[in-house]
Amino acid sequence: MTERLSGGDMLIRALRDEGVEYIFGYPGGAALHIYDAIFRQQEIEHILVRHEQAATHMADGYARATGRPGVVLVTSGPGATNAITGIATAYMDSIPIVVISGQVPTEQIGTDAFQETDMVGISRPVVKHSFLVREASEIPDVVKKAFYIAASGRPGPVVIDVPKDTTDPDERYEYRYPSEVSLRSYDPSPGGHASRIRNAVQALKEARRPVLYTGGGVVQGDASAELVAVARRLGYPVTSTLMGLGAFPGDDRLFLGMLGMHGTYEANCAMHHADLIFAIGARFDDRVTNNPAKFCPEARIIHIDVDPASISKIIEVDIPIVGHCKPVLAELLTLLEAEIKDAPDNADDVAAWWQRIDRWRMEHGLDHNQRERRGVGGSLLPQQVVQTVYRATGGDAYVTSDVGQHQMFAAQYYRFAEPRRWINSGGLGTMGFGLPAAMGVQFAFPDETVVCITGEGSFMMNMQELSTCMQYSLPIKIINLNNQALGMVKQWQDMQYAGRHSHSTYRDALPDFSQMVAAFGHVGIKVSTLDELEAVIPDIFGDRYRNDLVFLDAHIDPDEHVYPMSIKGGALKDMVLGRVEPSE
Amino acid sequence: MRRIIAVLLENEAGALSRVVGLFAQRNYNIETLSVAPTEDVTLSRLTLTTEGDEGKIEQIIKHLNKLIEVVRVFDLTEGDHLEREIMMIKVSADGASRAEVERTTGIFHGEIVDVNENTYTIQLVGPSEKLAACIDALSGYQVVEVVRSGVSGIGRGDRILGL
Repeated sequence: MTERLSGGDMLIRALRDEGVEYIFGYPGGAALHIYDAIFRQQEIEHILVRHEQAATHMADGYARATGRPGVVLVTSGPGATNAITGIATAYMDSIPIVVISGQVPTEQIGTDAFQETDMVGISRPVVKHSFLVREASEIPDVVKKAFYIAASGRPGPVVIDVPKDTTDPDERYEYRYPSEVSLRSYDPSPGGHASRIRNAVQALKEARRPVLYTGGGVVQGDASAELVAVARRLGYPVTSTLMGLGAFPGDDRLFLGMLGMHGTYEANCAMHHADLIFAIGARFDDRVTNNPAKFCPEARIIHIDVDPASISKIIEVDIPIVGHCKPVLAELLTLLEAEIKDAPDNADDVAAWWQRIDRWRMEHGLDHNQRERRGVGGSLLPQQVVQTVYRATGGDAYVTSDVGQHQMFAAQYYRFAEPRRWINSGGLGTMGFGLPAAMGVQFAFPDETVVCITGEGSFMMNMQELSTCMQYSLPIKIINLNNQALGMVKQWQDMQYAGRHSHSTYRDALPDFSQMVAAFGHVGIKVSTLDELEAVIPDIFGDRYRNDLVFLDAHIDPDEHVYPMSIKGGALKDMVLGRVEPSE
Repeated sequence: MRRIIAVLLENEAGALSRVVGLFAQRNYNIETLSVAPTEDVTLSRLTLTTEGDEGKIEQIIKHLNKLIEVVRVFDLTEGDHLEREIMMIKVSADGASRAEVERTTGIFHGEIVDVNENTYTIQLVGPSEKLAACIDALSGYQVVEVVRSGVSGIGRGDRILGL
């Protein structure tokens, strides 16, 4: 027997049938029928945020940590437009979220009604797909399609715009949730060509200076185990993009660290001098390639990507393989197991290659830079803070970040052991992402340690969510690398604008963060030396504050820069390594 | 290089705006665009012409294919095809020049579809090049209005764009 439900009830029931645990949202006129349907059920928990942007980042953080789509509910007009930044953030990093926006009643669409905005239009460039509900009866079908599209293929955000009349509680329809969906125009699982995979194996066997270059597609595609197996079987070096960190263990001998603009010296040099690059779920972003014309001049390139449009978009590829990383790597591993001998023909070349890489690592690796920097002056260095947090959490925390210097320090010095632990806005670079993303992660994993490494600039973009954290008792640990400035902007101004700090400082206008978070019922701690830091870390990650949100306001050396830094217009090997440029 | 790309697309509200939006968003150029329903009421067929090197055209086709409502994409210029465009051109002509306009129309196998004491309206069907040549030929007269449909195209013989 089928039930008869209103559009609003069907929407919530469909979400339940889709397995949704949480809705991150904010009510308003056009969404009120839907909110009433939420009130009359128990299965799905709605999280009331303080700003719609934060709701989208929470859903995004939830999705990145769990692999399941995050769900957002906002009202029309400003509710919808406030969600746009978060939708764009998810779009750029291929994160599955479903955003449901209330809309004015169908008959009022186009009349400039109160709180009307063309949500489907305004979100079009930053969604994987969107729906405008035309009939209440199509709601279950639209929800099914939305989740299917968001989570399959190259994932991404999907918007469902719901005119108020389609959720009218007085109009009832037969409810039936479709068990499956297929769209004739959408093939989310293109298979990697067997012959191309064989070509890739051949190229890997012949390589003399190989590098595996891995990206967010390995994390999103749950292909970490396959990557590790392939890399270990080959014994080849692995470098990762910002988005791929954690897919390969950060403390593994084969791992060279992150590559790109703030990548390690050894990773960038290895890429530049490689004769074979095996790109896996990475998209040759400009923050990786530097000048595409000078990118890895000697390398043949193999590229696995689920999105054909990512292949040969920036850099021409020699062996393209369209497919999900996981099955393609698994198939490749099977071939490798069969074909690679214990003493392969290229063994001597690869050993010599490792010697070069180890030399780069010795000369200018992050550890080396750290040794040099330690003990200079009395001030606290941001790198020390990240390393201290890394040790205190055993490398096993969920770490979110915002955008800027602190993000790069976290990426460089927190050596992620597992995928889905490092959660940051890589593509869009959205300041204000860190705290709400951490909240989404904490909802998903209430018993896990969730750390938000942020800076005071980014933090202040969504700090209203401290109130939400209070309401839901979220014990997030916020590590605020406070340099009293927009550090990355200031760094660029130091390096490219002769130190003219145009609108990048606000030293006299910062709140006392400890007092501020205390006003929200949280714990605030201020430190400005390494000793002070080390004294409070056991409390922050121990029993004392286990159930508290702690805001560690770490006053760091305000003049510290992120190094290495790529030289604009150069090749990957062209980096500034510190305040004084070393000769080539 | 100029390409003619044919797209079969779900006949749904908003589908066209995604195609047009894609071109704007990725800085691709559309020179002509025509769209109409097909024999299958669930599908529209869209034909567009654009310029670009091989890499750019490849990206355009890949991105078109990514749109959920796009069912098939076909680069007509990759093989044998027919290309047609319809144009109506209104020329102000009197006295002796009227005979000249009529003769020019005949040379291009055009058709005079409307006439009054001051103007001729000529209809011409053909590839875009032929239409451009006709406009050129008539440029000595006073051309007061030109309307072109945009290019439509179809593969020759067994080259069929279907489901």
